[in-house]
Amino acid sequence: MRRQGLWRRLDAAARYAVPFGTLVAGLVVLGLNFGLPGQAQLRPVYAMACVFFWSLYRPSALPAPAVMAGGVLLDLLGFSPVGLWALLLLLLHGLVLALRRRLVQRGFLFTWPVFSGFAAGAFVLAWGAQSLLGQGVLPLRPVLTQTGFAVLLYPALAALFIRMHRGPAAAELA
Amino acid sequence: MIRLSVPFRQAVSRLTFPVMLVLSFVIVLIGRADQGMSGALRTGLDDVLAPVYGVFAGPIAAAESGTGAIGHLFSLSAENARLRAENAKLLQWQAVAMALEAQNNALKATLNYTPPAAPAFSTGDVVADLGGVYDRSVLVDLPPGGSSVPLMGAVAMDGRGVAGRVVEAGSRSARVLLITDINSRIPVALGARGAPALMAGTNGPTPALLYWAPGQPPAEGAMVLTSAVGGAFPPGLPVGVVHYDAQNQPVVLPLADLDSLRLLRLFSYPDNLPVLTPIPHTKAKPAAIVHHRKK
Repeated sequence: MRRQGLWRRLDAAARYAVPFGTLVAGLVVLGLNFGLPGQAQLRPVYAMACVFFWSLYRPSALPAPAVMAGGVLLDLLGFSPVGLWALLLLLLHGLVLALRRRLVQRGFLFTWPVFSGFAAGAFVLAWGAQSLLGQGVLPLRPVLTQTGFAVLLYPALAALFIRMHRGPAAAELA
Repeated sequence: MIRLSVPFRQAVSRLTFPVMLVLSFVIVLIGRADQGMSGALRTGLDDVLAPVYGVFAGPIAAAESGTGAIGHLFSLSAENARLRAENAKLLQWQAVAMALEAQNNALKATLNYTPPAAPAFSTGDVVADLGGVYDRSVLVDLPPGGSSVPLMGAVAMDGRGVAGRVVEAGSRSARVLLITDINSRIPVALGARGAPALMAGTNGPTPALLYWAPGQPPAEGAMVLTSAVGGAFPPGLPVGVVHYDAQNQPVVLPLADLDSLRLLRLFSYPDNLPVLTPIPHTKAKPAAIVHHRKK
């Protein structure tokens, strides 16, 4: 095995940690008291965009345990049943990995609708699970607003992630 | 680093995903069976995060309240004039309030009225807007050392009215479920007569009014106060004002400024309320706490 300098290994480790770091940091920052309308609904949208993008373009840096940890954090920050979003994010992760060969060649205009579809599906599943685990049927409107957020915000988030993908997260540059 | 054989590493990497999937599912089931676990985990996380959020709460509040001294200079004289007018008006109201207080005291003296004990309270910064899609809750950062009274079930009020109730309390933080949350049910008294009703959160900005007496619909503009029915709240705390929405349903316009809460006082009322209390005022019975939140 080639001997690597300490700095080089630190650099590689830091680059490896960028995807999970963005996931956790973003979830925590979105909890800050900005007073934005619908701020609480942004957190699942952000987590899904994060998991979708990094599973697609840098799957080695976002392994399944990291996805699960992010999901549990999302559940604990909000009041959703613990493990629910871990399950949903893992399903998204697995789905993206299974379709990766087809998705990774296509451009942004293809992945955007795909992400929107996955997001809508996950929000419906979350709604159904929370209605089942709670009492009675929860209102459907948050599902619609969240899907709207997901569709509208993915381009901005993807632009941010692409920069990170080429810059700080690029393990091949280490 | 531990060297592993290639087939073994491949097997591990292939197994990680299904194992994690099953593990998440198991966590959901455990959380469903033992609701104390998720509460304990959440409280632990809140205690870690509250100081971190507290560091950022100051700059955000500063940025929100304008650009500081220079920005305020321009509106100084206009603001002064407005405050003078408001002060004059408030002085008149002060005279009215003092007269009413004297009259009230005289009436209480004739009735041999015993005032209730003053509740202990602690004050905390609202540092984070947590909560999920179907939940409205905020995280309150408490000073280290904390309060001497148990905070679980404490009534949270901002400067004007009831904002919510503490559903989870750690040593450094407390989560307050707002009155707009879909799980929130608060017995209220309407108007001067104190007609009973139930205020139910809808996740929207205005909670709905349910179960009012059929013959007496709530009057537009009537004051909504907490009611001691069920023993969960002390009577007479200001909550809001009755309003009829576009569907002609009575709703409550909360007095508390729920969209931009900055400071909350958490009142721990003494434990001599009736046994029907959904949230115990002591932390001794965690099993009963989750009863309040519909799961």
